[in-house]
Amino acid sequence: MSIFSYFRSQKKPSSASVAKERLQIIVAHERNKREQPEYIEKMQQEILAVIRKYVEIDDEQVKVNLDNNDECSILELNVTLPE
Amino acid sequence: MGKTTTSASIGTGLAQRGHKTVIIDFDVGLRNLDLIMGCERRVVYDFVNVINGEANLKQTLIKDKRVDNLYILPASQTRDKDALTQEGVEKVLDELSEDFDFIVCDSPAGIERGAQMALYFADMAVVVTNPEVSSVRDSDRILGILQSKSRKAEKGEVVEEKLLLTRYNPERVEEGEMLSVEDVKEILAIELLGVIPESEAVLKASNQGSPVILDSDSNSGQAYADAVGRLFGEEIEHRFLDVEKKGFFKRLMGA
Ligand SMILES: Nc1ncnc2c1ncn2[C@@H]1O[C@H](COP(=O)(O)OP(=O)(O)OP(=O)(O)O)[C@@H](O)[C@H]1O
Ligand SMILES: [Mg+2]
Repeated sequence: MSIFSYFRSQKKPSSASVAKERLQIIVAHERNKREQPEYIEKMQQEILAVIRKYVEIDDEQVKVNLDNNDECSILELNVTLPE
Repeated sequence: MGKTTTSASIGTGLAQRGHKTVIIDFDVGLRNLDLIMGCERRVVYDFVNVINGEANLKQTLIKDKRVDNLYILPASQTRDKDALTQEGVEKVLDELSEDFDFIVCDSPAGIERGAQMALYFADMAVVVTNPEVSSVRDSDRILGILQSKSRKAEKGEVVEEKLLLTRYNPERVEEGEMLSVEDVKEILAIELLGVIPESEAVLKASNQGSPVILDSDSNSGQAYADAVGRLFGEEIEHRFLDVEKKGFFKRLMGA
């Protein structure tokens, strides 16, 4: 490693690489959302309503996600209950 | 940014190759294609007049004075954003396709109704992107709409998608300040049609009302000509991607 590349590797990541990383994350997230069937959104609302009968909870505390694999689809339901 | 510039140059390039081409301005209320093409003073009727039956296509189409086979259909200046109806647009496109080899639709900004109207009937979409976060994200959203809300998608078919990256600045890419072609290609994952460098020639061309592809001395004009060639399946290497290394002579001349 030359002395120049040594200094180079000390530099913080370029703004373009930060941009790329942020884009990859948001684009993957938005694609995933687009590819989910429309009922997921509605189902999420209804699940939220049921939980709210028993505990106080924010919208963001319920996450519904559908993962499509070759063989099966997995419906993932994540509920964060308050302490 | 760069959709109208691109529509004007690609449309002109198709006509230069002998194909009868019409470029339609879908930007209702913000007509600009006429200015870029330098025919703003020859507009009599517009797209909405044709849809409403107030004028026929023959009266409305503007024939370009420089390039044979090239016509422009101007947008309306009306403030009524709903002036374009899907049935109306379909009727006009059907009539045009009897006569023309290519119909280039210049989409308005955004992903709302106007843009959806411009892409609905498309066989192929050229997605114009800048190497910048919000532009790349918007392009991905447009791809989502092409894949779900276009006529082809509704019929279970696919719209051919091509990426055109414009306002590219190799110096800034080298400095790590701008997303590179490879970055954008990797994120959007569609075929690259062309890379147009950021260039003063574009401003000069729009000042003069002449599509930049006609400025064949300029790098952006040449890059558009290459892109048109690729549309016909020609294998042309991408140019202007790297910082131009100044030769000894150029350096000497301070160019
Ligand atoms: N390659 C380029 N180099 C330099 N400037 C450019 C380039 N391409 C476009 N521009 C400039 O960017 C501006 C916007 O271009 P243009 O009108 O083609 O964008 P648009 O996508 O049609 O915008 P709108 O969404 O408002 O319709 C213009 O001032 C144009 O001159
Ligand atoms: Mg425009």
